[in-house]
Amino acid sequence: MDGGARDYSLTGPDGARAVEIGLASAEWYHTDVPRKTMKGLMKRTDGPATRDTLIWLMLLILSAAGGIALWGSWWAVPFFAVYGVLYGSACDSRWHECGHGTAFKTQWKNDWVYVLASFMVLRNPTAWRWSHARHHTDTIIVGRDPEIAFMRPPDIARKALAFIGIPDVFVHFGILLRQAVSGPNAEEADYIPTSEVPKVKFWARLFVAIHLAAGLTALMTWSILPLMLIGGPRIYGAWHMVMVGLLQHGGLAEDVLDHRLNSRTVHMNPVSRWLYWNMNYHVEHHMFPMVPYHALPKLHEVIKDDLPPANPSIPHAYKEMIAAVLRQRTEPNYCAPRSLPEGAKPFRAGFHDRTALPEAG
Amino acid sequence: MSDWIDVCAADEVEEEDVIRFDHGGRTFAVYRDEDGAAFCTDGLCTHEQVHLAEGLVLEDEIECPKHNGRFNYKTGAALRTPACVALATYPARIEGGRIQVQI
Repeated sequence: MDGGARDYSLTGPDGARAVEIGLASAEWYHTDVPRKTMKGLMKRTDGPATRDTLIWLMLLILSAAGGIALWGSWWAVPFFAVYGVLYGSACDSRWHECGHGTAFKTQWKNDWVYVLASFMVLRNPTAWRWSHARHHTDTIIVGRDPEIAFMRPPDIARKALAFIGIPDVFVHFGILLRQAVSGPNAEEADYIPTSEVPKVKFWARLFVAIHLAAGLTALMTWSILPLMLIGGPRIYGAWHMVMVGLLQHGGLAEDVLDHRLNSRTVHMNPVSRWLYWNMNYHVEHHMFPMVPYHALPKLHEVIKDDLPPANPSIPHAYKEMIAAVLRQRTEPNYCAPRSLPEGAKPFRAGFHDRTALPEAG
Repeated sequence: MSDWIDVCAADEVEEEDVIRFDHGGRTFAVYRDEDGAAFCTDGLCTHEQVHLAEGLVLEDEIECPKHNGRFNYKTGAALRTPACVALATYPARIEGGRIQVQI
């Protein structure tokens, strides 16, 4: 074990090693849940997501209208503060849930909201569907998971800048530009089938064209208002998405086969939960991605006695994560300790030889 | 084609549900639709080798429990990414209150 920087690329030696030792596409630990209970939790319905989406779209329209009407005065600021978060933060969870196809029972609704949210979050809907499938196959397996947020040693300054969309938004727009011109690169080709390449290019070209049109309109009208409405919220409204998103896996274990070790469940306020579509129940989501977002609180109640205690609040979770991440600057193999309630099944670490794993408590 | 192989009593599989059936070193998924008819496919998702019997039956479709890929369990057709390759299907029937398959 060298304890130094690892190779997180999907075409490097760490990925090859993960495949070689059986960490890739492995069987993960699941809490035992009776089939009848699980069927009830997995049940699909349109009601909650239709309600939440209508509220979301209505608030987007109202806040945008207020911002436009009051443009030029300070009174526009609160409207754009709301619009920014609804656009630049709520997009991530809508992208996520509709990508799984679990939010709505009706699939075209999942697909439409997925594309809209993908546009807002600046992700190629085809490429990121495959990226997220890999994330669920090989969650935080180094060299296999394309969605690892905290690489080790961590770049804390870069993560802090992400709260204001920098450099994240420019990186993502650059990726869309490149996909529009030349399609997936070698890394993306590791998880996107060749048959999907035309779709990757189509969506990239469409998304780039809309953003360029907004930029051109801003130039022609000599006003940033078009960019406050399109694209800009991904910068000034991304803070909530980053705040809750970093908690999903930040500071936790790499290269394990048990989501209780590499994912974090955090209890949070109702507004954040609504914006985040209950993804604060992140251990539960990774263990059972078939369960729709609106049933995750029930799932949590069913399996919580087999999980590490949830962090009671966002500040509590940040205190834990920041302590671990700061320590990872000098000890890249460190991860935040997890403990289990009495009677829970022991952790399934599996194949693990790099990270200092805590004992089951 | 092999002889009919006994799987289980028909009422052990709820309508619009699926169970796992292992036979001859292979694993299969056995379904009943909303009319109570039986169907059989390979038991592992063609995308990532996950047991489909842990998934969800949605009308004529089975959704993989890991990545939400979907197949028509009557035809085997892959319907939703990341599932792209069809499932093999096998004859199934209910005879004398028992589900039987030919594999």
